[in-house]
Amino acid sequence: MSSDNRKYKWVGTRQIRPDGHDKVTGRAKFGSDFSLSGMIHGRVLRSPHAHAIIKSIDTSKAEALPGVKAVITSKDFQEQPAELKAAGEGMINYRDMTRNVMAREKALYDGHAVAAVAASTVEVAEAALELISVDYEVLPHVIDVDEAMKEGAPILHEEMVPSGMEVNGPTNIAKFVEFNLGDTKKGFEEAEVVIERSYKTEAVHQGYIEPHAVVASVAEDGQAQIWCCTQGQFQVRAFVAQLLGMPASSIRVTPSEIGGGFGGKTVVYLEPLATLLSKKAGKPVKMIMTREEVFRASGPTSGGSMTYKIGATKAGKITAVEATIKLLAGAFAGAPAGPACMCAVAPYDIKNVYVNGYDVVVNRPKVAAYRAPGAPISAFGAESIIDELAKELGIDPLELRKLNAAKKGTQAAYGPTFREIGYEETVDIAMKHDHYSAPLGPNQGRGVASGFWFNIGGESSATVNINEDGTAVVISGNPDIGGSRASLALMAAEELGIDYDKVRPIIGDTASIGYNFLTGGSRVTFATGLAVVEAAKDAVRQLCERAAKIWEVDAEGVIWENGHAKPASTNVGDFEPLSLANLAAQAPKTGGPICGHNAQNVQGAGPGFATHICDVEVDPETGSVSILRYTAIQDVGRAIHPSYVEGQIQGGAAQGIGWALNEEYIYNSKGQLDNPGFLDYRIPVASDLPMIDAVMVEVPNDRHPYGVRGVGEVPIVPPMAAVANAIENATGVRMSALPMSPPRLLAALDQADIKEAAE
Amino acid sequence: MESIEFQKPETVDEAVKLLQGADGNAKILAGGTDLLVQLRAHMIDPSVIVDIKSIDETRELNKNADGSYTIGAAVAGAEAHERGDITADWPGVIEAWDLIGSTQIQGRASLGGNLCNASPAGDSVPAMVAAGMTANIAGPDGRRTLPVEEVTAGPGKTNLKKGEFIVSFNLPAKPSNGGDAYLRLIPRTEMDIAVVGCGVALTLDDSGTVTSAKVSLGAVAATVLVVEDAAKAIIGSKLEPEAMSALDAACQAACKPIDDKRGTVEYRTKVAGVLARRAVSIAAERAGKN
Ligand SMILES: Cc1cc2nc3c(=O)[nH]c(=O)nc-3n(C[C@H](O)[C@H](O)[C@H](O)COP(=O)(O)OP(=O)(O)OC[C@H]3O[C@@H](n4cnc5c(N)ncnc54)[C@H](O)[C@@H]3O)c2cc1C
Repeated sequence: MSSDNRKYKWVGTRQIRPDGHDKVTGRAKFGSDFSLSGMIHGRVLRSPHAHAIIKSIDTSKAEALPGVKAVITSKDFQEQPAELKAAGEGMINYRDMTRNVMAREKALYDGHAVAAVAASTVEVAEAALELISVDYEVLPHVIDVDEAMKEGAPILHEEMVPSGMEVNGPTNIAKFVEFNLGDTKKGFEEAEVVIERSYKTEAVHQGYIEPHAVVASVAEDGQAQIWCCTQGQFQVRAFVAQLLGMPASSIRVTPSEIGGGFGGKTVVYLEPLATLLSKKAGKPVKMIMTREEVFRASGPTSGGSMTYKIGATKAGKITAVEATIKLLAGAFAGAPAGPACMCAVAPYDIKNVYVNGYDVVVNRPKVAAYRAPGAPISAFGAESIIDELAKELGIDPLELRKLNAAKKGTQAAYGPTFREIGYEETVDIAMKHDHYSAPLGPNQGRGVASGFWFNIGGESSATVNINEDGTAVVISGNPDIGGSRASLALMAAEELGIDYDKVRPIIGDTASIGYNFLTGGSRVTFATGLAVVEAAKDAVRQLCERAAKIWEVDAEGVIWENGHAKPASTNVGDFEPLSLANLAAQAPKTGGPICGHNAQNVQGAGPGFATHICDVEVDPETGSVSILRYTAIQDVGRAIHPSYVEGQIQGGAAQGIGWALNEEYIYNSKGQLDNPGFLDYRIPVASDLPMIDAVMVEVPNDRHPYGVRGVGEVPIVPPMAAVANAIENATGVRMSALPMSPPRLLAALDQADIKEAAE
Repeated sequence: MESIEFQKPETVDEAVKLLQGADGNAKILAGGTDLLVQLRAHMIDPSVIVDIKSIDETRELNKNADGSYTIGAAVAGAEAHERGDITADWPGVIEAWDLIGSTQIQGRASLGGNLCNASPAGDSVPAMVAAGMTANIAGPDGRRTLPVEEVTAGPGKTNLKKGEFIVSFNLPAKPSNGGDAYLRLIPRTEMDIAVVGCGVALTLDDSGTVTSAKVSLGAVAATVLVVEDAAKAIIGSKLEPEAMSALDAACQAACKPIDDKRGTVEYRTKVAGVLARRAVSIAAERAGKN
């Protein structure tokens, strides 16, 4: 009965992606490619101050400039209640959201929007921005998470009351969370070796190549259309509806092709502004962020400051872990402290774990999701200290991980008991991989690290329409970031029994398909994929009914095989099988159009585990690190389209390597961002990386018909520690703070030399 | 929002007139790989843009009878690279020029632009200085020649007077037993700005003793540096460890860098010494092979 033993014709094959031709020829329409007749252009005035009271804004001169059609400030937005509502990725506080899209009482970071203008041209709009005068009272600011938690730190929100803890007076701590399993006191008593360390990571941007872009058009009757580059058109609809007080039925959002998101396009920045400007101006409004605006004003993921304590027996059994993880949230609450804590040591079977976390506001742009939000940060600490433990115990670092590996039946520190998981398999494969035993030269080192991510399901809708010529259209509602259209088409082709190139997958707007939760949490191929499979099964059921009608037999007497309706047995009768094309052609006579549909809130996401091996060479005189070889092993459940699974693994590893080596926000003493561009915000370039070897392990998720697990997030979890562990192996120097950029590494190497000389 | 006048003179004199006429707000356009970026970022706001690429002299690339080269100020990196002779004679100069940007940028980026953009981190500049290159300048008062190291005055500033521009460069004939090299440090492997750059040219005698040397550093001061003490440290030596340490120390002592987003003072200083040692070794190896 297990679906795993089935032989698949399409699932698991490497087909050309449906969006491939348009993307390589430049025909694909991304956010900024969309235009309407009569369209005008919007630009945003942004705060130059990291923290300032907005005493007044005078827009009169801007409004008087010829060509200016509308000017908005926070006064044009209604106040929102300070309650949490479920929407987007997690719980949404609309009081914060309206203040993030347009500063109200205070500007809370350099780049915070304070006004917006729509005008006949971009140039006029920019000239109008210069005519807006804002009276600021500049306040002291705070950028660093540890500083923000100190007594006497500048307070961002006087009224903020932290959840999960009690404090006297105002604080920048928005939230405290804790997770406890077993008894760590007892666990440490059982330990023969105990290590305690601190680690720090920088906030990093998702670095998507396509800047945020939108066209909004509000008609005289109040009906609004929004075309934008987003990870979730339904979330854009919900957010704009709430912020502007419009019914969801009056907003239709169409997602463009998307040039990367990685979690950063699950929120709104420009969409409510463009919609409001359009409403005021009576014309369609287009807005595109510059790269500088993307860096100054859109969400990075948190930076973190952590302490870890780990205890183990001499034989290598980890007996206890304690950790504190403090994450900066940017200007509004919402750092992924919970997931960071939950993922920290999730790959391991440890009986006594206590982890707590803080969500801390600072004068930086509000964080947004970024691949496995929180997990890479806590994993940098956990996987670094496990490496130190392995060294201390004299046990091979993979052997130590295997000794403590979580398996089916292990209770995770954050609560659940794992079902079918493939963590141990990733470690076994790493140990046997020829990379792990390849010789290393001088100044070279090897590091390993593992990672975990939950993956999610969520609300998903899909329609499979059978066309009159025997082809099919699959409509789903998730922007395709990683090749999901190809995977959905493959699963539909498999179910329908027709060729992949006869299935056309498209992404519907918010008015053309039922609700879909956003593209995030590695959910689309799994959850929307499940809805597509069920919708295809629904179409197949109808096709069987039509055959039954033609044959004048009971529908139960018809089965579907290889794209044909067949009698279930000779008892039913002796009929020639009817092909899908044949049944489609006869549809008008047998009951009309054949449309399969499914909508559900998908449960049963299978967690993802990965183990990475990284070789580096360190230039001891300059601190430069070259990544020589990189192997990423991951349990992918089942790779529906292996190339795109490998692409996800390689991309995640590449981003993690950037996070490890060079990426950081550089703020000047006034709290202004000094590197808002790709020149000085250094994501890796192609020549920085070797070909990343993606090794897929397939331990199917027992709650998906094809065994799918999300694959897009866990590959960014291990790299930072893998690189740090490799650098330690090469140099003997442990880097406990990111990024491990040449100046920082050289300073650490010199420090170690001085220490050695002194001893 | 003001409109920009675009001019494409065909003679040096016409260009000089245009530059002189434009109330101090004219900008020369060579490859445009700095200029257009600055224009789009609203960093500059010129009233006239004078494209010098239609002036033959700025596009010249000649090996002269004495073995020296004349390189037009607007010649693109790819054009020079494609000619084997300059690369064979002055690999360091070509390597430095070649490091500027990607393939696309190489189709445009000129030495005149790299020098006159006057970024302390311009990659070709230390290599040009080490090789002893000079700039041929035209202006309202006629022609003059300046050593490359005397062209820049500070970040974004040159010593060119109003109406002046660089027409071409002279690259000396390669001395026998001579070799040159350029190295830079960037945090990435491509698409980055030098944290430190070092150009070296030297000559050896038959015994392998350094007979002359010029060592130049970029990105460690407001303008490119010529480090005479560094040259002294190796002239007369066979690049023994002591000479190399003295070279390293001389380079470190010469650095006057700033702390910025690209590197700290300590880092730039230390790496200047490291790159100098490495560049000298490469240049010496090249010199020895002749
Ligand atoms: C993607 C990218 C990567 C880059 N990478 C590097 C790099 O790695 N290293 C590096 O050093 N640079 C780099 N640059 C900067 C730039 O490409 C170089 O400085 C290049 O040499 C400039 O030459 P150009 O001909 O394009 O100059 P232009 O942009 O045409 O001119 C630059 C400046 O010099 C002036 N000017 C030009 N020619 C003359 C002349 N003959 N006389 C007087 N003034 C003149 C112009 O008015 C302008 O102010 C990069 C640029 C880009 C866009």
